[in-house]
Amino acid sequence: MRFAPCTASSPRRRGSSFSRLLRGIQNRVPAFAGMTLLLIAGFARAEVETVKPEIALNAQQEALYKSLLPELRCLVCQNESLAESQASLAADLRYEVRGLVAKGESEEQVKKYLTDRYGDFVLYKPRFSPRTYALWIGPFVLLLGALVWVVLYARRTSAAAPAPPEPDQAALEKILEEKP
Amino acid sequence: MRFAIPLVILLVLIGLFYVGMHRDPRLVPSPLIGKAAPAFDLPTLDGQPPRVTTADLKGAPVLVNFFASWCAGCQEEHPYLMQLGRSGQVRLLGIDYKDAESDLRPWLEHKGNPYGMILSDLEGRAGIDWGVYGVPETFVVDARGNILFKQVGPLTPEVFERDIQPLLKAAS
Repeated sequence: MRFAPCTASSPRRRGSSFSRLLRGIQNRVPAFAGMTLLLIAGFARAEVETVKPEIALNAQQEALYKSLLPELRCLVCQNESLAESQASLAADLRYEVRGLVAKGESEEQVKKYLTDRYGDFVLYKPRFSPRTYALWIGPFVLLLGALVWVVLYARRTSAAAPAPPEPDQAALEKILEEKP
Repeated sequence: MRFAIPLVILLVLIGLFYVGMHRDPRLVPSPLIGKAAPAFDLPTLDGQPPRVTTADLKGAPVLVNFFASWCAGCQEEHPYLMQLGRSGQVRLLGIDYKDAESDLRPWLEHKGNPYGMILSDLEGRAGIDWGVYGVPETFVVDARGNILFKQVGPLTPEVFERDIQPLLKAAS
């Protein structure tokens, strides 16, 4: 939702083809300037980022903090974890998580803090709960079902197939005797 | 008969995909529905009374609308909020989310103020406690301070009439 102001200053070199191109653009400067102003006016208001004091963590807490972030989903950019996301909400949530870890809260407590507010959706790895039994067990049930089906199918087809014909012993011996 | 089972599986899958196509993956269901509104303690925009807490919400249903002057969806819903505010059907509490007062004042002067009261959540902490992940978000809170419903994105007449009005009627 935020736009970083992007102002490019173009170098002007007299006589080069680049400057001719620039002059061409300059003829339309009022239009460009007008559009730019409109854009700036439209997006001049931005989210306020308050400066917050840094939170110091000891080595153990830092390790917990670092291991937690990749497991938590950013609600704004849903395919990014809190570790990666540039969204302002992700920065706020990182700060909250850091604060909780500094207070000595455990991994479970931090996760509970987030799921109490945003639901299980913030966890990349879903919990094993009645709502997710199908998710966790489903694939194994399907695999087992498939195996049972394969075994039954194999048995049925082998039972149904006709037995190979008995070799005609007399004919075989006859063939053998004919050979020198 | 040989194809009956695969056909059924295929039809079930098509049905699931069809339903899935019409669902918004960005919509995160709130775990707060049916629970007490999270506590907050925020200053008002006018600084009077000095702080407002969740307890002050109780007594009558209220729509708690997280918004900001920098948010496009809030501009979109603003005319309808004005209409709602004028109709007096329900109290409107605005929580100005991560917004500068110097930005909000001209915005309100220009477009009008639909809210009975505006609180300022400059750091966005109340937003986090309420599970806000993108303004505008609107919560329906009943007279006892429980959250009944949450609308993510601009509030529209359709949503109000279909989802919110029946809740308000049942609550009063």
